[in-house]
Amino acid sequence: MNPQTLQLICFYAFSIVTVAAALSVITLKNTVHAVLALVLTFFSAACLWMLLDAEFLALALVVVYVGAVMVLFLFVVMMLDIDLEKMHEGFVKFLPVGVIVAIVMLVEMIGLIGVRAMHVRDLGADPAAAAGMSNTAWLGQALYTKFLLPFEVAALVLTVGLVAAVALTLRERRGARYESASRQVRVDPRDRVRIVKMDAVRPTPTAAGEGTAGESKP
Amino acid sequence: MISLAHYVVLGAVLFCIAVAGLFINRKNVIVLLMSIELMLLAVNMNFVAFSRFLGDVSGQVFVFFILTVAAAEAAVGLAILVLLFRTRSTINIADIDSMKG
Repeated sequence: MNPQTLQLICFYAFSIVTVAAALSVITLKNTVHAVLALVLTFFSAACLWMLLDAEFLALALVVVYVGAVMVLFLFVVMMLDIDLEKMHEGFVKFLPVGVIVAIVMLVEMIGLIGVRAMHVRDLGADPAAAAGMSNTAWLGQALYTKFLLPFEVAALVLTVGLVAAVALTLRERRGARYESASRQVRVDPRDRVRIVKMDAVRPTPTAAGEGTAGESKP
Repeated sequence: MISLAHYVVLGAVLFCIAVAGLFINRKNVIVLLMSIELMLLAVNMNFVAFSRFLGDVSGQVFVFFILTVAAAEAAVGLAILVLLFRTRSTINIADIDSMKG
């Protein structure tokens, strides 16, 4: 078979899976199933990117999205106790509006694309291979030279996101006892202990050898 | 023969599905967040296709940054969601109206 025909068949197969999975994301009643459908969407999108010779991004999509973000979604969905019936109640009411808006937008966009794509051009040679390197090297070379500052800012964004997520979900329990390290360090012994100077004198024993305890009795 | 239009149309379809998802799942914040992720995927699809088509690496670099920001956004969004559920014990949008005049 012609390799280009095979590519086209693969494209249609993957895009049908992508669109079907995306449709089930927004229609499934059970949120856990919706998250799993989103995983399928991302995975088939990664396959489509593979067809475009964007290997690094395809694998990053699988690792970052399917591996991390979707697992986070699953954690949260399973952690929260959600009333599925109540969550789904507006579905039929809002369905016509949503479908109409989506279809109108789709027709507009496809119309635009159709006008612009009159002169259909195929994808041509892989630009990374034309430059004589792999896709990862191609991307990395741009990332560490031309886009170095945005790359560092992206790292900063991830750090801020991490700190914000922890700070938001950190719960201070009422009534729990915490120790404040800074107050402990700043403590002055003179505030706590008073040293009283007194003469070393032996208390004179009273009659019958009774101590001070006997004196305090009325 | 795969052309640019194939990928752009697929991106448009995904984007419209995500918009429909925002409309019909108004109650469930988690599905709303997932619809936003779908929108970002549609945008990324266009970026990758145009990058390949124009032979320009910037599109793929942009996808890289979008993935980064989307991961941070999902983490913070889900943290807010957990906080909301802890204080209000619901994530139904209709019940979250304490700022309504």
